[in-house]
Amino acid sequence: MLTLEHVTYTQAGFALSAHWALEPEARVAIVGPSGAGKSTLLALIGGFLAPSAGRILWQGKDITDAAPSARPLANLFQEGNLFPHLTVFENAALGVNTRLKLSAAETARVQGALERVGLAGFEARKPAQLSGGQASRAALARALCQDKPLLLLDEPFAALGPALRREMLGLVGEIATEHKRAVLMVSHEPRDAVQFAQAVSVVAEGVAHAPQETNALFANPPQALRDYLGA
Amino acid sequence: MARRALAISTATSAAVAALVMLLVLAPIGAVGLRAGWPDGLGAADWAALRFTVFQAVLSAVFSAVLAIPVARALARRQFRGRGALVLLMGAPFILPVIVAVMGLLAVFGQSGILNTGLVALGLPPVQIYGLHGVVLAHVFFNLPLATRLLLQGWEAIPQERFRLAASLGMGPQEVLRWLEWPMLKERLPAVLLVVFLICLSSFAVALTLGGGPRATTLELAVYQAFHLEFDLGRAALLALVQLALVLSVGLAALRLGTLAGFGAGRGAMRQRWDVGALWLKAQDAFVLGLATCFIALPLAMVALRGFTALADLPASVWRAAGASLIIALCSTVLCIAAALALAAARGRWAEMVGLLGLAVSPLVLGTGLFLLINPYFSPQALALPITMVVNALMALPFALRIVGPEYARAEADFGRLADALGLKGLARLRRMILPQIRRALGFAAGLAAALSMGDLGVIALFADAETATLPLQVYRLMGAYRMEAAAGAALLLVGLSFGLFALFDWGGRRGADT
Repeated sequence: MLTLEHVTYTQAGFALSAHWALEPEARVAIVGPSGAGKSTLLALIGGFLAPSAGRILWQGKDITDAAPSARPLANLFQEGNLFPHLTVFENAALGVNTRLKLSAAETARVQGALERVGLAGFEARKPAQLSGGQASRAALARALCQDKPLLLLDEPFAALGPALRREMLGLVGEIATEHKRAVLMVSHEPRDAVQFAQAVSVVAEGVAHAPQETNALFANPPQALRDYLGA
Repeated sequence: MARRALAISTATSAAVAALVMLLVLAPIGAVGLRAGWPDGLGAADWAALRFTVFQAVLSAVFSAVLAIPVARALARRQFRGRGALVLLMGAPFILPVIVAVMGLLAVFGQSGILNTGLVALGLPPVQIYGLHGVVLAHVFFNLPLATRLLLQGWEAIPQERFRLAASLGMGPQEVLRWLEWPMLKERLPAVLLVVFLICLSSFAVALTLGGGPRATTLELAVYQAFHLEFDLGRAALLALVQLALVLSVGLAALRLGTLAGFGAGRGAMRQRWDVGALWLKAQDAFVLGLATCFIALPLAMVALRGFTALADLPASVWRAAGASLIIALCSTVLCIAAALALAAARGRWAEMVGLLGLAVSPLVLGTGLFLLINPYFSPQALALPITMVVNALMALPFALRIVGPEYARAEADFGRLADALGLKGLARLRRMILPQIRRALGFAAGLAAALSMGDLGVIALFADAETATLPLQVYRLMGAYRMEAAAGAALLLVGLSFGLFALFDWGGRRGADT
C-alpha cells in the first residue's frame, strides 16, 4: 500500500498537497484542470521531485528520499519512454537489467512480455520504425519487465487516437489484473477514467483529493470536478 | 520559396561574393603559378609536412579525449561559478596566441612555476620548446573548444532519457554506456576533425614554441622560406601543399557538418538523479579544478607579470597598439559588411563563399598577395591594409555562421510584413533586419575585432622593422629577451582584445528587443 502522508510541494506560487493512501491493486485515475498539478503529483510519487514537507510510505516504510529506481513503481511517461538507439528488445530488457546481461530465464521473460503486448516479431526494430501504438506497447512491455507492484501512467497514450488509446488502456488493465499491479493514471479524458479506473482523485486548487469510487463521484460530482467538467 | 523581389539588393550580395572569391582565389592562383613544378619537395619540406600532420593528430586526440571528463562534469553539476567557468572555456577562442604562449611559458617554461617546483623537489626540469610545447599550446586552445562542443552534445541528450535512466536505476556506468557513449560516438569524430583542422594551420604557436628542423609546421616553413631565405618559389610550393592539406581535411569536415556551432553551449544544467555518489562528486570537482587551473593559471600569470610593466611601456608598444586598434576596427567593419551582404543572399552558394576563408590560412593568402603586389608596389608599404583585409576574410566564416541564421529568422518572421509594407533596400535593412539581428551582429563584430586584434600571421610576412601590430611587437620584445616589456604589452593586448569583444557584444545586447 502506498501512503501519502501530508505530502506538500510548493514552488514559486504553485502549491500541491496530498494526504491519502492507494490500496493494493487499486486502479486510480487522476483528473483535474491542466496546471493543477497532476503530473507534479506523479513526479513526487516517482521520486523526480522532492516534497517540501510530508512523507511517502510504501508498506509502512518511508521512501520519501529513495532514488526513483529504488521505489516500488514503474513509469510510463508522456514521451521519452524508449531509447531511440536501442532495439525494441533491448528497450524492454532494460526493465530487467540495465547492463543487458540477461540469463536465459530473463531473456524468456522479456520475450514473454513482448508477446503479451503483441510485439512478437518486432524485437529487432528500432523505435523509429514503430507506429505510435507499437511504441506504446514496447514501453508497456518494458514497464512489465520491471516487475514493480505499482504502475504510474503520465498520459503515455495522449498522442494516440481515441480508439487506440482505449485499446491500450484495456491492455494495461488486463496486464495489471494478471500481474496484480496497482495503477495510477493521469487522464485528460473523463471517459477514460470511467472506463478504466475504479476510483478517481480530483486535483484542483492545490489539493490532490483522496480517490473516490468512480461511478459515485461522477453521479454526484463535487464543485471542483463540476468546474473541470464544465457541467 | 518566398518572393525575393523586395529583399536587399541581390546585386550587392553578388558583388561582395565576387570580391571575396577574388581575394581568396587570386592569391591562390598566384601561388599555384609561382610554385610551378620544380624539383618537388625536399627532405626538409617533407619533414615539415610530417610534423604538421603529426602534431595536429596529437593535439586533436589530447584535446578531445581530455575534454570528455571536463564536459561530462560540467554537464552534470550545478555549482556557483558554473556559468563563469563555461564563459572561461570560451575565452581562448579570442585570446591572442602570443599572449597564451607567454602565459604557458610563465607556467611551463624554463623558469616557470612548474620547473621551479620540480627543481625545488630535486627533479629535472622539463623543456617546453619542441613538439610537446606545440601540442601543449594547442591543447590549451582546443581543450576548451572541444569541451564546449561536447557540452552541447550532452545538452542535446533529451532530459526524458535521464529521467528514464533514473527510473530504471541506471548507475553512472550504464548512463555512460546507454546515453552518453552513443552521443560521444556521434560527436567525437567531428570534434577531432575540427581541432585537427585548426592545428594544421598553426603558425604563431610553432613560431614561438617550435622551430628547428624537428618542429616546423608548413606554415612556419612558408614564413621561413619567405623571411630567412627569400625563396619565393619554395614559399609558394609549401603554401600550395598547405592549401591542399587544409582543403582536403576541410572538405571532410564540411561533409561531417561539423563547422557549425562554435558559439553556443552554455544552457542551464538540467536535473540529474544518477550522480549523487560522493566519489563521483569528488571526481568531477577534481577534473573541473584541474581544467580551470590549466586555463586560468597562464592567464593569471600574464596579468601578474604584465601589471607592473604597464606603467612604463616603450613608445613602440603604444604605436603598435594604435595600429592594431585601427586594423581591428576597419577589418571588423569590412567583415560585418561582407557577412551582411552574404547573409542577405541566403543561398547555399553565399554560405560556401563565406567558408572560403577557412580553406586558406593567412600565410598562404599572404604569400599569394605578396606575389601579386610585389611587381607593382612595395608590399611593406601595404602591410597594414593587407593585414586588415586578410583579418576580415579570416573572421568572415565565423561572422557569417553567427549572422546568417539570425538574418534568415528575421526574414522568416517579418519578411511578409515587410513585403506588404513595401519595405525594401536600405530601409528594410535599417528598419527590419538590423534591429532584429542586433544581438548576433554585436557578437559577430566582437569576435571579428578580437580575432583581428590578436592575429599574428600575415603581418609577420609583410612588416618591416618600422611597422608592427601589437602581437608582432610582443613577439619582437620576446625575441629581444625584454620579457618585462613583453609581459606588459601582452597584458595590454589581451585587455584590448577582450575589451573590444565585450564592447561590441554589449552594444549588441543593449537595446536588443527580440
